[in-house]
Formats: sequence, C-alpha cells, structure tokens
Amino acid sequence: MRTIEKLLVANRAEIAARIVRTARSMGIATVAVHSDADADLPYVRLADEAVRLPGASPTETYLDVERVVEAARRSGADAVHPGYGFLAERAGFARACAEAGLCFVGPSPEVIEAMGSKVAARSLMADAGVPVLAGETVHAGQDLDKAADRVGFPLLVKAVFGGGGRGMRVVRAPDQLAEAVASAGREAAAAFGDGAVFLERYVEHPRHVEVQVVGDTHGHVVHLFERDCSVQRRFQKVIEEAPAPGLDDAVRRRLGEAAVTAARAIAYVGAGTVEFVVDREDRFFFLEVNTRLQVEHPVTELVTGLDLVEVQLRVAMGEALPPVVTDAAVHGHAVEARLYAEDAAAGFVPTSGVIDRLAVAPGPGLRVDAGYEAGSAVTTHYDAMLGKVVAWAPTRDEAIHRLTRALRGAELHGPPTNRDLLVAVLEHAEFRAGRADTGFLDRHPPDQLVAPVAGGTRRLHALAGALARQADRRGRAAVQGTVPSGWRNVRSGLAHEVLADREGALIVGYALLPDGLVAEVGGEAVAGTRLEQAEPSLVVLVTDGVARRFRVQLVDERVHVDSPLGASSFRAVARFPLPGVAEDHGSLHAPLPGTIRSVLVAPGDAVRAGDPLVVLEAMKMEHEVRAPHEGVVRAVMVAEADQVEEGAVLVVLEEVEGG
Amino acid sequence: MVVVEADVERGDARYLGNRQALLELLAEHDEQVALALAGGGERYTTRHRERGRLLARERVELLVDPDSAFLELSPCAAYGSGFQVGASIVTGIGVISGVECVVIAHDPTVRGGTMNPYTLRKNLRALEIARVNRLPLVNLVESGGADLPTQADLFIPAGQIFRDLTELSALGIPTIALVFGNSTAGGAYVPGMCDYSVLVDRQAKVFLGGPPLVKMATGEDADDEELGGAAMHARVSGLADYFAVDELDCLRLGRQIVADLNWRKLGPGPSKPADPPLYDPDELLGIVSSDLRVPFDPRLVIARVVDGSRFDEYKPLYGPSLVTGWATLHGYPIGILANARGVLFMEESKKATEFILLANQTDTPLLFLQNTTGYMVGRDYEQAGIVKDGAKMINAVTNSTVPHLTLIMGASYGAGNYGMCGRAYRPRFLFTWPNAKVAVMGPQQLAGVLSIVARQSAAASGQPFDEAADDVRRRAVEDQIERESRALFMTGKLYDDGIIDPRETRTVLGIALSAVHANVVEGRRGYGVFRM
Repeated sequence: MRTIEKLLVANRAEIAARIVRTARSMGIATVAVHSDADADLPYVRLADEAVRLPGASPTETYLDVERVVEAARRSGADAVHPGYGFLAERAGFARACAEAGLCFVGPSPEVIEAMGSKVAARSLMADAGVPVLAGETVHAGQDLDKAADRVGFPLLVKAVFGGGGRGMRVVRAPDQLAEAVASAGREAAAAFGDGAVFLERYVEHPRHVEVQVVGDTHGHVVHLFERDCSVQRRFQKVIEEAPAPGLDDAVRRRLGEAAVTAARAIAYVGAGTVEFVVDREDRFFFLEVNTRLQVEHPVTELVTGLDLVEVQLRVAMGEALPPVVTDAAVHGHAVEARLYAEDAAAGFVPTSGVIDRLAVAPGPGLRVDAGYEAGSAVTTHYDAMLGKVVAWAPTRDEAIHRLTRALRGAELHGPPTNRDLLVAVLEHAEFRAGRADTGFLDRHPPDQLVAPVAGGTRRLHALAGALARQADRRGRAAVQGTVPSGWRNVRSGLAHEVLADREGALIVGYALLPDGLVAEVGGEAVAGTRLEQAEPSLVVLVTDGVARRFRVQLVDERVHVDSPLGASSFRAVARFPLPGVAEDHGSLHAPLPGTIRSVLVAPGDAVRAGDPLVVLEAMKMEHEVRAPHEGVVRAVMVAEADQVEEGAVLVVLEEVEGG
Repeated sequence: MVVVEADVERGDARYLGNRQALLELLAEHDEQVALALAGGGERYTTRHRERGRLLARERVELLVDPDSAFLELSPCAAYGSGFQVGASIVTGIGVISGVECVVIAHDPTVRGGTMNPYTLRKNLRALEIARVNRLPLVNLVESGGADLPTQADLFIPAGQIFRDLTELSALGIPTIALVFGNSTAGGAYVPGMCDYSVLVDRQAKVFLGGPPLVKMATGEDADDEELGGAAMHARVSGLADYFAVDELDCLRLGRQIVADLNWRKLGPGPSKPADPPLYDPDELLGIVSSDLRVPFDPRLVIARVVDGSRFDEYKPLYGPSLVTGWATLHGYPIGILANARGVLFMEESKKATEFILLANQTDTPLLFLQNTTGYMVGRDYEQAGIVKDGAKMINAVTNSTVPHLTLIMGASYGAGNYGMCGRAYRPRFLFTWPNAKVAVMGPQQLAGVLSIVARQSAAASGQPFDEAADDVRRRAVEDQIERESRALFMTGKLYDDGIIDPRETRTVLGIALSAVHANVVEGRRGYGVFRM
C-alpha cells in the first residue's frame, strides 16, 4: 500500500478538471500542467498548483515525457494521472514515471506496451479465446495481395500503434490496397511516430460496443458493463451511451465475460476498456484494449453511481476493489454527447476562436464536463472538444430527451459547434430506435441531417440582435439617454445595422415608433411582429400572437442570439470601414485555422487551375489550397510553419488574360 | 412633488372634435414635410445618387450616433415663399460621438444647394443656436453658393455666416466643415473659417474662383483639382486638415474630430427621475382647443409632458389666468409659465415677474406655454396700471438669463407674445403646435379695428361711409390675417424653430433642454426677488 499526497494531472481541459475534482474530494493535492496556449483554461486555476510547459504544440508540451516528469519533480507530486490521449498509452511515459519514483495511475508499462501494439493484442486475445477478426501484419517485402486475400475484402488498414481514427483506411478492392497502406503508414508515422500498419477484416457498419473493466493489484478483475459508441465520425465517437440499447441479455453477458477474460489474460490493473465490434447478427469481435480512462467514462459513472477516477486512484494506492465496484449494477440509462468546436457540415472542420459563453442550464440528471469557459480561446493546437454533456434518466428515452433539451437550450457563444448535429442525431428515428451503427453519419451526412437555420429564424435573430445592440447603445448614451431611441421629428428612413454571419450580411432596418416597431431584414419587411421588450440581453418579439424571448449576448462586435427557434451568431459590421484594409482581388484564403505545412509556389510562378499552392495542416489533417483558375502568383503572404487564422489571405493569384 | 389630476373624457364630443381638427392640421404639416424630404425631387435625387453621393439627410443619419435622436429645426422653412419647402438646407440638433452638436447640411438636390434668403435665415438661426447654447457646429457642405436672382437680398447679410463661424470659434465653440462637393467663391470661406475641415477626394471643390473665372481674370489655365481639390488642399494649401477617400470616410473623420474635442457641457446634467408622464400624451390632441376662443387648462398639458406628471404650483390662487410652477422634464428641473384663460391681468403679470425672478435666483430654466390673447385692455385696467405691470413682466423676461424655451400651444396675440417670451425675446428654442395662431391681434378684432378707424375717419371728413365696401374689405383683411397668423405661415418665415406634433412635445423639449445645458445655466444676479 502506498498513499498519494499530490497528484500531477498530465493532461488538459475537461479531463484535467474532472480528475482534479475527484482528487480534491479525496484530499489529494493537485498539480496541473499547461501549455502557453492553455494558460487561461479553467482547469489550470482549479488545480492547487500549475506548471507551465513552454510552447504550444503537443510535442513540445503535453507529449514531452521529460518535461512532464520534471514538472512532477519540481512540484513535489508523488503520482501522475495521464487522463486520455497524449501520454496516457505511452509505455515509455509510465516507465519514466516509475523511474522517477512517481506512481503512474494506470496499468504497468508492459501491459500498455502489449496492448499498444494492435497486432500483439489481437494474438494475445485470440490465444485467450476472445473472438477476433481475421488479420495480417504488414512488413517489408511481403506479398500484400496475398495477405489481403487471407483477410478478405473489405478490409481495414490500421496503424499498429494508433487510435482515434488516424492512420486508418478502408479498402474495398485490391487495387486500392497499396495506396491505402502507404498513406495510412505516412499518417501513422506523423501522428504516432511509428508507421507500422496491419490489415484487419472490416465489418461493414458494425456497432461499436465496449466494456469498462477494472482490475486491482490483488488479482481482481471485474467489468462495469458496456457502452455503445456507435455514432462516430471519421472513427471519432460523437455520442455514447450506457447500457448499449437493444442488445440481447445473453450477448450482453457474453460481452462482459469476454472483456473480463481479455483483461485477466493480461493481468489488468486499473481502469481499461475492451472494445468490440458487433455485427448485425450480434456476433462480436475484439477490437482493442484501451489502457486508460475513456472520454466517455461518465455514462458508466452515471449508470453505476461510481467515480472511476476515484477507483483508479484507490487501485493505484494498492487498495483492493471495494464491494461497490465488484457488486456494481446498472441503474437507468445515460447518454453523452461530445461538444466539438467544429463545422460539421463543412466536413467536421475544426473551428477556433474566443468563447463568449458556454452555458448549459443545469437540470436533473444532467452532468457537464467542460474544459472551457467564457473568455477561453479555442486554438487549433489540440483536440477541439469543448466538453461533454451527459444526461441520466431512468429510461433511455428520457435520458435522450434530457440531453436533447439541454443541448438545445445551451448558450454556446463562440466558434461554431456541432450542437445542431448532436441534436439532429439524438432526434433521429434510427438513433431513437437504438439502431445506430458506425455507418450512421455516412448514411446521414451532417449537411442532410442538420437543417440550416431557417431563413425566417435567421432574420428574426438578426432583428433581435440589432434591437439588443440598439438598447445597449441607448443605455450607454452620454446625453439624452431618456429620449426615445432613434427619435426623429422628420424621418427620412429606418435606422440600419448590418449583421453578418457565415451565410452573408443581413441589413436590418428598424424604427421604434410610438405605435410600435417597424422593421425590415434583408430588404424584406418584418410583418406582424410587435416588440414587447428590448434590452441588451433580452428582446421579446411577439409574432402572430406568440411571444418569444430572444436571449442576446453582446461582446464587442459579436452578437449571439438564442431563442426557442434556435441559435445564431453574428458579427456587426462597422458603419465606417477603415479605409485601406480592402484586400487585393484574387486573394486565396485559409479554409480553416492551422499551420502552414508547405508553400509550393513563389511570386511570379505561373499555375494552372487545380494546382496546389499551399498545404495547411490543422488537427493533424492536411488541406491543400489549390488554384481556382489559371494565373500568376502575385504574392505569397505566408511561410512554412506560420500559424494562420481562418480566412487569412495565403496567396494572391492574378488571373491571366484569356485564362 | 404633487401629481396633477388631469383625467379627460375621451368620448366627449369636444375632445373628438379637437382631435379631428388637430389630426387634419398635422396631416397638412406632414405634406409640407414630405416636400422638404423630397428635396429637389426624383430627377435631381436620382442624378445625385448616380454620382455616388449621399443625400443630405443620409449624411446626417450617418454622422449622428446610432439610435440617438435628431431634432430637425424649421423643416418647413420657406413655406409659402415660392422657394422649395425646407429652404434647401437641413439644420438640427444631433448627438455626434456623444456630443450634442448643431448640424447644418446643404441639400444639393435643390438647385445645387444654392442659398436663397430663407436658406440664409435658417442657416443664421442654426448658427445662433450653436452660439447661445454653446453647441459645436458641423457643416456638411455642398452648395453652389448664392441663388443669384435673389442676390440683392442675400449678398450683404450672408456675410454674417462667416462672421458667426469665426465668432463661434472665438467663443470656444468648435466649428467643423465636412466638404462633400462645391464650396466655392464665398462658400470657400466655410471650410476657411471653420476650426477643422475634411475634404472628400474628387468631390470637394474649394476655391475662390473656378477655371473659367481664373481664365477670365488672369488668363491662367487651371483645372478644378488644381484649384480646389481635396488632394491639393490636403497636401499643398493645408486648407484641408483631413483628406477623406470618400463620403463615408469623411463622415467617419467628422465623428472622430468631435470625439476628440474633449467636450464637456457646462450646465448640470439631469438630476431628477425622468419617468414618463402618468397620462397618455396622445390625449393632448383632444385637449387642445381647435377653437382658440375656448380656453383649455394648461395643467392637462403639463400633466402629459413633465416627468411623472408632477407639478408644484406656485401662487395657485393668485392671478389664476396664468399658471406657474415647478416640474422636471427628462430629469431637468424647470419652471413653467402657462396661460390658462388667455388674458393677462395685473395679477398675472406680477405673478409672472416674481416667478421669473425666483427661477433666476435658483438657476432654473423656464418653459413658456403660450395661449394668450394679450394683456387686458379697458379703462379700469389702464387706470390701474396694466402697462406698468405688463412692463414688469416683459422686463423680467428680457433680463432673465436662465435658458428659456417657448411653446406656442394656441393663441399668441399682442403683447402677450412678448411677455410670454415670443421670438423677439430670444428663447433658446421656440416651437409651435400646428393649431397655433400668432398675430398682433385676432383677425376679427384687427378687421374690426380697421373698420372702426375707417368709419371714424369718414365721419371726421364728413364723407359717406360705404358699408358694402367696408364689408368686403373687412372680410379680405380677416382672411389675410387668418392666413398670415397660421402656424405654417409663421414657421415658413422662420419665426419659430419648427412646428411639432403635440404628442412629441416631451421629447422635443427634452432634447432642447439637454442642448441648452451645454452652456452655463445661471440666473441674473444683483437684486433680490422683488415682491410685487
């Protein structure tokens, strides 16, 4: 038995905050580590002490084993919790902790290592009698086609040391194989430092079901039931729930047993997850073991009433699993939605910017694990998950309702999020029926799933935003503050405010006359609408006898509007543009924020339509900016390794005569 | 403070009749305002826009703070004169970068924004308002200069514009010229005399003589830009302090200049709650008599104008034909003098005099609500010294130094106009309700007086008196006086600062009151308050 006096959390954002909370409740002092970009995130202040990891990129901060261990040493921490991602499944890190005399909250380096290799893990599980999919390793000089034949198509090329969907390619025909292996290898090398890949039979649209397991140092291993994480985009989970819906009880039991078998096979200590794919006939196959706390662990916590971080810490201190764990049972149902800063419709492109508000109204059975707060900046250095909203209820339907309502009513003011997508999934009949599988978002792509904000709603939101800004200005008037807003004895027209969002600019015209509001939006009169109240934070409009409250947040030129009809964010366009900031014709913009990976052209170069000009990396994905037309490069505004914001001008391209 | 009891019966026939009559007068006024708004009409407006230029009121709208009020002054100037209603110029009080300013904007769609005698009067009145109230002045310049056919009535007095501009500057009141177009010959002295000038690139033309005149005078060939373009004045002559790339930029710079004036009002800010009246101002339309012979209780008006309908009456039992008392308007304390039954007797005159002295003692601005048929005439009154008492009141009004605001609610006849601070007594602002009548006396009285005088003259010279001709003459005179005493006629002649909708009285007076507090608010000192 050992005690933990001070715990360093080698992670960031929501999971760091979540771990700190439990540690604190157990009387354990906490140390946060943070990159320069994260210095202002709430988890840094939540911890008792914080150690700066200079720099911003993951490699120079959260992935730097030496620095993190050094941070533990300097702060006098005696234990390290790695959270998920970053160093959580790096055996080298666990080993470095051990060497530094730190208690690593997780399994042994050997177990991490064994499970880190997907290939080794597969064979270990196969030997233990856990069902696995057909697979083949890939190595130099091998006849790829033969290996593929043995596996069968479709197959999946996977990184041996990987996760999170990176270094993964689905191959449906032999002629795609070589290219898929090569590109998956490159991606894996870039993301995980090891380009090894293997082939595995691909189950079309399986359900992703995983089992939470915990083991202690006294030889006990139990499972804490399963989670269904089938709704995924690009192999990243979006919505998770526990228990898995519509699963036959016998299958459920066998899954649990298989997971325990798997965990026992490696003498698992701590919290881990055994992932399976389940096909349409409810046959399940081992996928991998995650030797860490999962993002989606809260759904298990809500249905079992356990605190998995507490369990981890107690196991790390050498305690035996208590009866509450070994005798745990499932009560009710829990559903989790991952809230990302991303543009789902544009292909899940990460978004960035300052968050003006991140508020989910509290409610029964509701849990919010957020990593950000008002004033936080979302950068492109790390995963764009803002937080998780989790709802528990006695039944699945009620839990989904609670979660849907919470997400709908949430005030998410900042970079665009996937909220509408989450709501659309939760409301989808297929999901409601518990029939969602990993192909859900392929069958129902976000641009079809999420109806764009109705034109009428957008216009009303713009009107409410303009009226709120009006009220704000009146409230701050230096003189004549009590005179009616925009009063004229000779009225030549409406007052105007231009509000822009990603769909374009809307001109809002309005006049607050003694007998009511006169308004037009986008040149169209707003008919049958009466203004009941206009304050900087609340506008009440009555349309066709229905009064609606438009909650508004104004931050500088930003205007956020939430109403029963939905949510909109606008930017108020200045009345007087400063001269000289107009950009050059032919400017090509960054499609998303990120880092310039390479610049392929120089001023004076002649390019043809479609030629790549600049490669931009964001969230480990490479995006090429191509020439929209034939032309001559007039200016290159960026250099390699530059950080650029969305919309930044990258290259100015001059069109050629007759081109 | 005491809340006025001021309920009215909305279904009352007289109420409904008054309301109907006033709505008709408002509609007539609106028609004239629409003419002013139309400027030079569709054709010239379109041409102006096609040149990529903003209309005068569009410039004003962009210049003032979003959602702030703009009180346009004398919108119906030149009514009945043959010149375009509005007098081809827009003037008013607006808030720019949080500072109340006087704005003067030429309307270039009306005969190129040229100045006629009414334009001049309106322009000079705006300058006077800037001076007496200490309001920074912003000129939006685009004018072809003098309307040459009327130059005889214009040339000499127009010099006052430039004199006033530099006098404002000397008084520490900043003057700004934003030049959007022609500002030539004498007009060049507008940016020339202003403290700040901004010229719009390729639009502003500021020179004493244009290319043809230069050619005639000296034989030199020079183009517009060389003689008076923004680029030249910004880089060479230095006349332009700021070079604006376009009209929006010019307005932006204008706002920037005002923001940087570091301007502080010298009067106190509003100090009392500015809650709205308890009574509906819409009811003013039914309260105000369409027949000026029927008096109405001014307390009903006051209750629909002042904060919370609170009004503390002074000397309510003495001289009851004039109501006096204290109230607040948009949070500013004021003293009110309001005619109750038209006639001013000795008591009313003395009460008014005392009240004005009291307001001066406490630095409280005064509001005059006129509905007067004048000072009482007749043997008893003359013998009792009505002239002396009237003189006391006129003396007090004249020498009072607190700001005065005057509103003509109905009749304004005879010396009552003077005693109740008519135009000649220089109230800071004077507004008129559309039903108002202003004349030396009522049309019937005036025609009757003329008839009596004629009859006496005939009798004295032994001539026979032609009754039929007298009837015709009498009616003609009545018609003429009736027409010339109407509010629209008076406003056309710039005898007020505009006709206002009675329902907007509180707002108009609130803006005016706020504007007068830009200057020191200080009463006359030297004597104690005389008890009359």
